[in-house]
Amino acid sequence: MGFLLYSKNGQLILAVLAFLAVLVILLLIARAADSLRRRKQTFAMVAVFGGPALLLLAVGLIYPAVRTIWMSFMDKRSDSFVALDNYAYLFQDGLQAFGNTLLWVVLVPLGSTVIGLVYSVLIDGSRFEKVAKSLLFLPMAISFVGAGIIWKFMYEYRGAAQDQIGLLNSVITGLGFEPVRFLQDSPLNTLFLIFVMVWIQAGFAMVVLSAAIKAVPSDIVEAARLDGASSSQLFFQITIPSIRPSLVVVLTTICIATLKVFDITQTMTGAEFGTQVLANEMFDWSFTYGNNGIGSAMAVVIFVLVIPLVVYNVRQMNKNKAVR
Amino acid sequence: MTTMRMRRAGAGIAGALVMGLVLTGCAGDDLGGGGTAGGGDGGDTDCADFEQYGTFDGETVEMSSTIEGVEGEQLAESWADFANCTGINIEHNGTNEFESQIFVQVEGGNAPDLAIFPQPGLLARMVDGGYLSPATGGALEAAQANYTEDWLSYGNVDGEQYGVPIQGSAKSFVWYSPSVFEENGYEIPTTWDDMMALTEQIAADHGSDTVKPWCYGIESGGATGWPATDFVEDAVLREAGPDVYDQWVNHEIPFNDPQIVASLDRVGDIVQNEDYVNGGIGDARSAATTPWADAGFQVLEDNCFLFRAASFWEAQLPEGTEVGPDGDIFAFYLPADTADEKPLLIAGDYMAAFNDEEATQAVLAYFASPEWANTRMSIGGMVSPNNGADPANASSDVLRLTIDLMQDENATVRFDGSDMMPSEVGAGSFWSALTNWTDGQSDSEEALTSVENSWP
Repeated sequence: MGFLLYSKNGQLILAVLAFLAVLVILLLIARAADSLRRRKQTFAMVAVFGGPALLLLAVGLIYPAVRTIWMSFMDKRSDSFVALDNYAYLFQDGLQAFGNTLLWVVLVPLGSTVIGLVYSVLIDGSRFEKVAKSLLFLPMAISFVGAGIIWKFMYEYRGAAQDQIGLLNSVITGLGFEPVRFLQDSPLNTLFLIFVMVWIQAGFAMVVLSAAIKAVPSDIVEAARLDGASSSQLFFQITIPSIRPSLVVVLTTICIATLKVFDITQTMTGAEFGTQVLANEMFDWSFTYGNNGIGSAMAVVIFVLVIPLVVYNVRQMNKNKAVR
Repeated sequence: MTTMRMRRAGAGIAGALVMGLVLTGCAGDDLGGGGTAGGGDGGDTDCADFEQYGTFDGETVEMSSTIEGVEGEQLAESWADFANCTGINIEHNGTNEFESQIFVQVEGGNAPDLAIFPQPGLLARMVDGGYLSPATGGALEAAQANYTEDWLSYGNVDGEQYGVPIQGSAKSFVWYSPSVFEENGYEIPTTWDDMMALTEQIAADHGSDTVKPWCYGIESGGATGWPATDFVEDAVLREAGPDVYDQWVNHEIPFNDPQIVASLDRVGDIVQNEDYVNGGIGDARSAATTPWADAGFQVLEDNCFLFRAASFWEAQLPEGTEVGPDGDIFAFYLPADTADEKPLLIAGDYMAAFNDEEATQAVLAYFASPEWANTRMSIGGMVSPNNGADPANASSDVLRLTIDLMQDENATVRFDGSDMMPSEVGAGSFWSALTNWTDGQSDSEEALTSVENSWP
């Protein structure tokens, strides 16, 4: 027993045995349920197949969520109740993070989706379609941190008299202008950070929308052409309405991903120079400063911001089910 | 139906193989970068030296720290003989994320036996939480015998000695190129005024759009701004003195006290003067986005002549660089206002125990001894503030210089202030305020006032 409990290999074996035991129990229950009547059988089936997942959800999702909401009303070490003090701090001193996050949430989904859509329409059916798609999709394979570091070098600034090592500034000084401090001068530096995320997410948007565009029934397109529709009329009045569900999915997914952005600001500017965002601030407060109260309050705020997006997404999916 | 059976069998075997792969991936006691040392050959080790620690029968002591990679391996090497002779198995887990992970571990009831803290503030937080055990018996005796009051004070909370300073580094250095200095006939300054005169001289001799006397950078990802805080702490030690420094760090005087503002202005005389910075890179504002280690490479490129950085910058130098009084690059002590004073800004790693079990305290006692200090120094790459540490064992000239300074009678050592302040300040507003200040967005008074307002 000592071996099983106290050594790492022993614990591993114990975990595997426990997993197998749970599996066996569930299968036995399922076996026994075969002999039950209809209603009870359905209930037993739900319990067997849904039970473990629900349990894990409760432990891994519901309990931490409730606990975080609780901690957001407590002080930094979660010892005493402070009611809404943490939220008060957030809305007084954390406003810049809010403003920046709002900018991110509006510009990133819009930018990625527009670029993805235009790109997929342009290359649809062309000779270089596969290659072009791969090119735009490549950045998705890079981690956010990797992309952050790549673009940090691209944006690198040196004094006007020095040799430029950043690609963008080399081009700019080559054309005879003063080098630009991309990452240092606020408020434009936020836009340059936003561009990095758009660069990463555009590939995702393109892939989903390209598939959706291809799924538009060709008879509708033909009929429209026969009626004399121009390309832009075709695009705005046939294509876009047809791919609306996919557009919504892409927009909301990228929106949710943007609310979580932390690595890009952390690696490129250290969240200095006015580029702080909510998720980064939450990390700083919770883990660097050890203040569970304010960190949890920020997590709750991000959670509340995400809820409308998810609700909208789910309702759209239900609507689509009804149509089909 | 043989095909069905074969398919099922194939599926079964595939499943088992996958399980096997997953299990090998998850199993094992090697946790990222750590190593165990115990039960090796040790045939010809003289175990008499280790008798005082007692013998244990295969007991395991778990240690957590920030020390990983090559340094982690060197650390494991340093206790190999001890482990063989006493029979203690030391399991070391070194990770970059130590500062955030250690709390999660300890609060989750999974504390290691020993931990090496890079910040006294973190150690104090642990004591507040009631997690640490004071050093007892042999460990306490060794600590008190082998370290000065100043060094011990940072591991001491409410009169109880918790931490032992096993490693140390010094930050009050200016790096320069010995060959360039010789060519131009420059002397190493022994007072701050001499250093400023030298700066003027260099600016007059070599100053141009691209070449400046100083180079400087404070960018460091999420920790951007820390080199500036080190510089101002050095300035406070020189401008206001060690006593005011202690008051400042403990918040007994306001953060924007006029003496501190004057110290920050003293730093500003160098790093905000367009004629003095930023050699090889740009103007004074460019320091805010220049990576702290990269700035110093400009010394090797002859674009600047002076670079203030800690002793551990040595590890960042490109391979093949000769570091020494006759080499490509070397460091001199950042001078005080007079040649006799030697205020030294230091950092150190403090080892503390989470329990008072015999094996744990025996390991702590060993680490507090001169034997370990000398063994570890001989392996290379660090110095120990242990009184019994022999400078001859230091593995490089800079390290020798560091330990000479640490053991100097006139030296007043003070721990890096931002590591001792509450983290909202020391790892938060202080860094941000000085980044803003370096970026030219606020003056000294404003920057320090914003930090004062953020003190919890």
